[in-house]
Amino acid sequence: MIANFGFGALVITFLVSLYGAAAAFYGARKNSPAWIESARSAMLLTFPLLTLVALTLIYLLVSASYEVEYVASVTSNSMPFYLRVTALWGGQAGSLIFWSWTMSAFASAVTLRNWERDREFLPWVILVSLVTLAFFLLMSILVENPFERIWQISTGSIVVSMFQPAGSVLVFPSDGNGLNPLLRHPGMIIHPPMLYLGFVSFVIPYAFAIAALVTGRTDDRWIRITRRWTLVAWLFLSLGLVLGGRWAYDVLGWGGYWGWDPVEIAAFMPWLTGTAFLHSVVIQEKRNMLKHWNMVLIILTYDLVIFGTFLTRSGVLSSVHAFAQSAIGPLFFSFISLTFVISLALLGRRWGELKANVQMTSLFSREALFLVNNLLFIGILVVCFWGVIFPILSEALGFIGSAIPALADTFTGQKVTFGPPYYERATAPLFAGLLFLMGVAPLAAWRHSTAKTLGRAVWKPGLASLLVPVLAYLLDVRHWAALLAFWLCGFVIFVTLYEFWRAARARQRSQGESLGLALWNLAGRNRRRYGGYIIHLGVVLMALGIIGIEMFQTETQGTLARGGELTLGRYTVVYNDLAVFDLLDEGRNVARSVVNVYQDGQYVGDLYPRRDYYYESQQPMTIPGVRSTLEDDLYVLLVDWQPISTQGATFKVYHNPLVNWLWLGGIVFILGTLVAAWPDPEEPLPAPARLPAVEAGVQS
Amino acid sequence: MRKFWLATLLALLFTGLAANAALAQQPTPSDDEVNAIAKQLYCPVCENTPLDVCPTQACAQWRELIREKLAAGWTEQQIKDYFVEMYGERVLGAPPARGLNWLAYIVPPVVILAGVYVLWRGMRTWKQPLQAASPSVDVPPSDEYVARLEEELRKR
Repeated sequence: MIANFGFGALVITFLVSLYGAAAAFYGARKNSPAWIESARSAMLLTFPLLTLVALTLIYLLVSASYEVEYVASVTSNSMPFYLRVTALWGGQAGSLIFWSWTMSAFASAVTLRNWERDREFLPWVILVSLVTLAFFLLMSILVENPFERIWQISTGSIVVSMFQPAGSVLVFPSDGNGLNPLLRHPGMIIHPPMLYLGFVSFVIPYAFAIAALVTGRTDDRWIRITRRWTLVAWLFLSLGLVLGGRWAYDVLGWGGYWGWDPVEIAAFMPWLTGTAFLHSVVIQEKRNMLKHWNMVLIILTYDLVIFGTFLTRSGVLSSVHAFAQSAIGPLFFSFISLTFVISLALLGRRWGELKANVQMTSLFSREALFLVNNLLFIGILVVCFWGVIFPILSEALGFIGSAIPALADTFTGQKVTFGPPYYERATAPLFAGLLFLMGVAPLAAWRHSTAKTLGRAVWKPGLASLLVPVLAYLLDVRHWAALLAFWLCGFVIFVTLYEFWRAARARQRSQGESLGLALWNLAGRNRRRYGGYIIHLGVVLMALGIIGIEMFQTETQGTLARGGELTLGRYTVVYNDLAVFDLLDEGRNVARSVVNVYQDGQYVGDLYPRRDYYYESQQPMTIPGVRSTLEDDLYVLLVDWQPISTQGATFKVYHNPLVNWLWLGGIVFILGTLVAAWPDPEEPLPAPARLPAVEAGVQS
Repeated sequence: MRKFWLATLLALLFTGLAANAALAQQPTPSDDEVNAIAKQLYCPVCENTPLDVCPTQACAQWRELIREKLAAGWTEQQIKDYFVEMYGERVLGAPPARGLNWLAYIVPPVVILAGVYVLWRGMRTWKQPLQAASPSVDVPPSDEYVARLEEELRKR
């Protein structure tokens, strides 16, 4: 049986990981290269084994083996080949296999690197990777086994189990339930693997951090080795988040891209600590400070990654009772607590050794501003974490209220919702602070920046950027927060471009290069710095989109007869036609409307908002009709229609100013990350002679 | 006589107008008015979906309920209170600040302010020369004496 084969391979992989972890530990303790080599082989063996497991599962998915419960729950006869393959991550059990598979791929790639200079790290990196892997494999084996089959026992009832219960027969359903229609979208096909790749690759820097703590080699070597890993992890995570936003905008039909849903926040939290980490490691490299803090950040990131995987997959968010009932909750909770406590204990042991003998020279230095940046990121994390945890806590603490009547009013045990109003109010000032820092910090020098030198660097771009809110005011923007936000965006753009220009000019003068070549060489020589600046530009563009949709979104809704019209701002939408038909081979019923769009009375095109109803999963899906320009999006939803005559239909129209900049900014952001993370040649070339003027301006 | 007819005509006209005006004052609340309230409420059955965009039948009925209440002259606050009464505080986008919920609003600013304080203290100690200081982390340090001892041992 193929399912048995897959399960067997899964169990063997688990045993191999346990063995490898033990061998690595023993080898490190006894200082035995043979044991460590054996551990490394075990690590490398997990990848082909897990490839076998994943391929088996994919084979079952593609071959429509509905006797396997997972296959029946995520695929159906009407699904095309590529959706059946991607159904590997369409449900919880498959996602966990996918998680382990990529984890094993990344960890194997790491063990294949040249370890000559870092031999002492090797066993501990293997140990951490394999323990993490073994945990996820254990979850797959015990709780979320994708190879479980459907059996009918003698009493006639249906049982789902891995092995044949006595006197039972296998059930072969003729069709499956099919993938959640919301997930049948290109964005959703790429989005989860991107997030998972991001999650998984953050395990690597964590493994090195733990190796550094255990071995006592607490200089910044572990940071230098994992710098690129961290950037790659961050790249995938950012890509996953942006794609998720785009998917929500295209498919979920609520005119937005981010709803502060706990599942979104679960993926956002490791990104926050990861971003803080990316910034603060620079201080350790440049100034040899913040060693403790970097350890704390990477430990937090690792545990938030595990927490995120757990939150998105466990159902704990719907209710604490789901948490108590499923075995996955307590297991995850124990693993997170255990790794967190052990990591902090290791950190505590090395606390003294990590102390830096350098001082903070100025509150206006680059390093001080980076610290403020870290504080803001952590502040956002606190808001997010509390918003996710509090509803669960408040519900769980209900027992106090029911036990002590006097406290019944306080501990009501009621579930509460934390929606956008809570998060937006709490995080908006913190985000604004980050934007401001993004403008100021690049102008501050390491160490000896003073208020005066910083002020001298800031005032020019600061003044120039005032043009932006003035322009916005002339364009009828009156809200003070919007004006402030626009100013901040302008400020960052001016500073960043000014930095590029200043450095390129200096190079131009010293090397006689053309401006374009000078820019190219600059970015090539110090890719992390200039990649970072490109990322900043991307963030500001994204911020423009976010300000546009958050502060200036307008909407209207109305029920129209054929030929009727709805007006919103400069746009008029005319209801032209509606057709309702079945696409039986795809298993859905489609109601597709045609609306004509007029801008300032000029016809500009048609939109086709529609509602798909999937028979198998009995789920509707609202696909908007979107007219997208750099200035704004017109986003039309088909909300309802009269089923008998198709004469009247209800439409909801959103006007989303500037939202396209969110996606464009996302692309710039990803490009910047690629620039920063692009691999260097093994032996760095000797640094070219640079003018002191450039050095002074570009000390990164 | 003519005056009488004129007066009657005018009276009829006015009552007609008045009746029209009365009708105009009580139109069916528009979708936009309903959505303005629904936006602030969460679907009581679906996870984390605002009521104005929830595509389920149940939510369509809840929106109709809002429309009926509006038509009956209820205020926005009354309608929100009604939903809280019926389905619990989870229908609100942010929990009302009472009882345990106070913690929801107090904890993040307190933690952030604590961070600011720790950072400020950290920077001040850092600025004092020759005094190694720990960064803004609230992890308990291991034994001070052992740390110093090891530090000195390593210097040899």
